[in-house]
Parts: sequence; C-alpha cells; structure tokens
Amino acid sequence: MSTHQPSAAKGGKIRAPLLFAVMAVLIVFEGLTSGWNGALGIVNMGLISAILALGVNMQWGYAGLFNSGVVGFIALGGLAPVLVAMPPTPGAFAAGGWQILIGLMIAAAAIVLAVWLNGRLAGKTRALAIIMVLVAGFFTYRAVFDPAVAAVQAINPSALGYLGGLGLPVLIAWPVGGVLAAGAAWVIGKTALGLRSDYLAIATLGIGEIIVAALKNEEWLARGVLNVNGIPRPWPVPYEIDLQGNAAFVERAAALGLDPVTASTLLVKLLYTGLFVIVLGLLIWATQLALKSPWGRMMRAIRDNEISAAAMGKNVTRRHLQIFVLGSAVIGLAGAMMITLDGQMTPASYNPLRYTFLIWVMVIVGGSGNNWGSVLGGMLIWYLWIKAEAWGPQMMDLVTANLSEGVLKQHLIDSAAHMRLIVMGLVLLLVLRFSPRGLLPER
Amino acid sequence: MEFLNALVAILNYVVVPATAYGAQLALGALGVTLIYGILRFSNFAHGDTMAFGTGITIIVTWGLQALGIGLGPLPTALLALPFGIAITAALVLATDRVVYSYYRKVKTAPVILTMVSVGVMFVMNGLTRLLIGVDEIQFADGERFVVAARAFKTATGLDEPLSIRTTQVITVVVAGLVVWALFWFLARTRTGKSMRAFSDNEDLALLSGINPNHVVAVTWIIAAALATTAGTLYGLDKSFKAFNYFQLLLPIFAAAIVGGLGNPLGAIAGGFVIAFSEVGVTYAWKKVATYLIPNWEAEGLLQLLSTEYKFAVSFAILIIVLLFKPTGLFKGKSV
Repeated sequence: MSTHQPSAAKGGKIRAPLLFAVMAVLIVFEGLTSGWNGALGIVNMGLISAILALGVNMQWGYAGLFNSGVVGFIALGGLAPVLVAMPPTPGAFAAGGWQILIGLMIAAAAIVLAVWLNGRLAGKTRALAIIMVLVAGFFTYRAVFDPAVAAVQAINPSALGYLGGLGLPVLIAWPVGGVLAAGAAWVIGKTALGLRSDYLAIATLGIGEIIVAALKNEEWLARGVLNVNGIPRPWPVPYEIDLQGNAAFVERAAALGLDPVTASTLLVKLLYTGLFVIVLGLLIWATQLALKSPWGRMMRAIRDNEISAAAMGKNVTRRHLQIFVLGSAVIGLAGAMMITLDGQMTPASYNPLRYTFLIWVMVIVGGSGNNWGSVLGGMLIWYLWIKAEAWGPQMMDLVTANLSEGVLKQHLIDSAAHMRLIVMGLVLLLVLRFSPRGLLPER
Repeated sequence: MEFLNALVAILNYVVVPATAYGAQLALGALGVTLIYGILRFSNFAHGDTMAFGTGITIIVTWGLQALGIGLGPLPTALLALPFGIAITAALVLATDRVVYSYYRKVKTAPVILTMVSVGVMFVMNGLTRLLIGVDEIQFADGERFVVAARAFKTATGLDEPLSIRTTQVITVVVAGLVVWALFWFLARTRTGKSMRAFSDNEDLALLSGINPNHVVAVTWIIAAALATTAGTLYGLDKSFKAFNYFQLLLPIFAAAIVGGLGNPLGAIAGGFVIAFSEVGVTYAWKKVATYLIPNWEAEGLLQLLSTEYKFAVSFAILIIVLLFKPTGLFKGKSV
C-alpha cells in the first residue's frame, strides 16, 4: 500500500469490471443451484459487508490506522434502530427514564470537569482535585442512576423492561447509528491517536469489547441479552404476510409462475437490496470524490510519509482523528442497516472474529486504499464465508469417507465448522505475503 | 474480631484471587513485551498462542491420566506442561519461518506485522478449535485446596472462611520460578545478554556480531513457553475455553503497556496492577464494610462495577497511562 506505482493501474481498466462480473456469475450460479432466496440473502449481507469494508478502508487504506474494535462500532450503530424505531415503553420515562439520563449527564459532567481541571491546575493539587471530582461524580452518578435503572427494568420485564425507542421511521436510525459510532470514535481517537501506531489498535480492541459488554448488560437500554425483536422495517419494505394477503400481489406472482410465499420473500429481499445499493452507491460516489480531491491526496501523503507531511504543515494527528471518526461513522451506519435487515438486536452475536477481523480480511483482500476493492472484497469474502460453512463439512465427509466409525471420525466431522477460521487466516496471510496490494490495487 | 473477619474477607475474595490472576497476566504480558522488544510489533496472536499451548497441555494431560500417571496431590497438567511448551514452541518457530521471517527481511512497517499476526491469530484460533473444540473444559485434578474454608473456620473460630486453592498456590510458585529463570537468563547468559542488546539497539547489536536469527528463535521459544505456562495456569485456576483466551488479550496488552512495552520488570508490575484493580473494583465490599463500620448496614452491594465490566477496568487504566505516561510506569520503548 505504501508504494505509488502508476504502471500497476494499466491492467486495472479491465480488471475491476472483470472481477465484479465473476462475482455476479458466482451469485447467479448460487441462485440457480440453491435458490434465489439464499442468493439474495448473501447479496444483502454482502452489500452491508461492502459498506463496512469501505469504512475500515477509509481508516486503514487512506490513513493507515489500525482499528481492531470494528465490532464495537458496528454494535453501537446497531443500537440506533432500537433507540429510534421501537415504540416507547409506556411509563418508562416517568418511572426513571429522565433520572437515567440525568445520571448519565452527571457522569459526563464529572469527566468533563476533570479534563478541564487537568488543563487548569498543576502538580499535587491537580491530581487531588481530579480524583476528588471523579470519585464524587461516580458516587452521585450511581446514587441517581441505579434506582432509576431498577425502576425501568421492573416495567413488564418479560416483554419490555427497557426505555424503548422514539417510534420514528427506522431509516432515520441509519445516520443516527453513524453519529453514535462517530462519537465513540472521537473520544477514543482523541486519547489514542498521536501516540505509537499500535496503541490505537489496542485501545480500539478495548473499546470494542466494552461496547459489546455494555449492550449485553444494560437491560434498560436495549434489553441486553434478552434481545429486542420486531424492529420495524424501513419505508418501502412490506411484510411478507401482508403481501400474501394482497389479492393483486398473489395474482401477479401467479402470472410469473411463483407461489405467493416465495414471491413475497423474494420481493422483500429485493427491496432491501435496492435500499442498500442506493446507500452503497452514495458512499462510493462520495468516497471516490474525496479520494481524488486535494483532501484525499493529503491523506495518502500523510499515510505514506508522516514526517514529510508534517513538515509541509499538515496536522497529522488532527487529520487522523478526522478520518478515524468518518470511517467509524460509515461502520456505524452499516451496523444500523444490519440490525434493520435482521429485524432484531442480539448483542450476544457480536463476535470480534466475525465482525472485526473478517472485515479486515475483506479490506486487505479487496485491495486497501481502493474503494471498489473494498466493495469487491466485502461481497467476495462474505460469499466465501457463507459457502465455506457448507463446504467444510462436505469436504470433511469426503476426507473421512474411508475412516471407520469412531471417535476420530466424529471429532473431525464436528470440528469441520471451524475450518473456515483457518481458511480466512490463510487467505489473509497469503494476500499479505504475495499480493499485498490486493485484488484491485490502489491507483 | 470484627477487624480480623474483615481482613480475612479481603484476603479471601480479593488478595488471593488477584495474586493468582496477576501472576497469570504477568506471564502473558512478559511474552507480549519480549516479542515487542525484540521483534518490534504487538503480537495479536498471543492470546491464541496461549489457548493453543493450553489445548496441547490438556490433551497430553488426558493421555497421562489414561495411562494412570499423575503427580498425586498436584495436577497432572504440570507434568504435561513441558510437552505443551515443546509443541507450541515448534509451532511458533514454524510460523516465524513461514510467515514472519519474510517481513523482517523486507523491513516492513510494524503495523503490517501486527496485521500479519491477526492472520496468524485466525489460524491458531481455528487450530485450537479443531484440536479441542469450543466447550468449557475443567482439567485440574489432584488435591483441590491447600486451605479449605471449613477447616479454616473451625481452626480459627472466625466467621469468615479463607480458602486457598492448590491451583492458586501453584500459579504463584510456578510464575515465580519462571520469572526468576527468565531474569537469570536475560542477565547472566550470553544469549540473554545478546537479546537485551538486540532490544536496546538493533544496529549496534548486529555490528557487534550478534546473530539475529538466533536471537529471534530464542525469543519465540521463550514467548511460547511463557504463553503456554500462563495459559495452563489460567486454565487450571479457572477453566479452559478458547474464546476466553482471546479476551485475555486486552488485560495482557494493558499490563504490558502500563508497565512499559519492552520492559520485562514493568510487565510483571503491570500484570499485578491490572489484576488487583480488576478484582478490587468488581468485588462487592458490603461484607467488609459491615465488619469494619459497626451498626451500619450498607444499602447496596458496594460494588463499584459489575463483573461483566472487568474489561473496562483494564481499559480505563490503559487510557489513564496512555494519557499521562505513554511510556508506562517503568521506562519502556518511547512513543
């Protein structure tokens, strides 16, 4: 990624369309062999993966920042559909909702005051004052916060027990998800950027785990591991059951030779695909524009040689903070889209291997620094990830066909599902070693 | 009496578990810090190296148990540990030959090496799962307690129990021995000295004729030994679950950074700082407070943070150190 070679762009003219055509053929083949429903499912998650990869690519490809807490920003974005689109829980705000918010504000105020004191005082008084402010703030916050949380969680705990949302259209939640993730990114970037490069990696690893832990445990917020189900669908997407009850739709489906159930699931998936393509298209347009602008050139100059960029008067840390926040916003947006697609928020499913490091594989394989590469990598690696789940056991069946029944055979068959982790690791290592510029190298 | 009860409660619920946990973190952080000092990158695969080594140790333990070989009151895993270390060392040496050596040759940026270690992490994670699955495994055998709760209560007549598990004592003893051996090795032997020289100034070390390949190989072997030992001790003390070892990565990195990356002494101090804060902050102090302050019943549990947020403690310490003393408590590599 660090060398600028215009000559590498020569084959690039046909290479990108060719590889995207291959990807399309793979999807069509999937549709023809195992059904369009599954194929469209892969396409939809592939599009979301592509957006995630775009966000990580902004951080890594444009600026060389190693974010190892992608899962946290995805999860934070996923919180937005719950907060925005779910109906408010009746009486929750009266019972303790406002008090929870006041408690959180007290905590935030204590931290802000501590930061302010840090800039104003010096020496022993500074340490003493900061500690006193933080300790007092913590205990006041707990005194206000804890009873309010208990009150909210006591409201119909089997079905609700949380604040609920604002009852607004879920499409609004997408940018909100981006804003939430951007806010977290600003805080973390402010502390860890400007230090050694791997400090950011370790700090983001931490924030990722903490965000997921908070979502699992703060039941007043999004019910924690009890999950929030039935998140409303975005504007043009209808419910299958309504379509199947619609005489005109059933008639039209029959004219196409489809039964109403299949037709309705396909239509719903296609509408999601359309929405995601629009978002991805807008992002690609914006990122390509940004990358070609003076701003994009400055970013790459900083990435390739921080010292010379600083000597030219560029504020490296500030630019890094900017791109880190922007990239995280894109990741949060994709996180919100993913929860909207699933229709439910399940915090226990946020696994860092799947949601942080798999995204990294997408970016590296696609070609770091190239937006189209990220899109291709996102689609391709997601396709392989889904297919490898089926291929692993099939291969293992083949391998163990001649083995006699026994513990070893059973163990091998059971563990085949883990093969795809090894495969993804090997793909990452091979690409880094032999083709570090990826499938679609940066121009 | 009340005071003694409070003291025993603190010992039982905070000091004993935190000491064992701190020793495990210290061993893990030593591995991270050594690799950082010599090979100059943050090894994200360290948690999974620990898991892999522990997995091998468990399998050998099962084999020994099936053969009827044991250590009596001590866990069989201690006997299996050298095998685990040998196989893990072989694996990381092979990984270095196949993967990392190329990047050293082309002198790539450290962040690329960190990325490469993510790939290695994936592969090792998959290997561990292939070997031993994802379920929780208890493999401690032998005597369970050195000091049992009931015996302690009858012996002292206190209300509060004190129990010290065999695994906790073993953890501290083994960790002490390993650290002593490591420091002796670094301070006294020729290889150890060349490792320190290499860590301090690579160019000067090369100039004075130190063989870099030798230094790197020895570093990997030591890191594998530390990781396997730390992982096995952690597994004996709590239980083995592959994913928990990935999650240990954060407290281990935090310990290494708090102590000062690249500084072995700092890694040990960092391990104990993290462990004691984690246990202290997530412990419910109600019992102790009730003993110490007469005629007062605390309303809540007096727990600063619920145990689910123990990662937040390592993280908070990490952030504080990054903000105020980026080189760590002991002087580590500079920013």
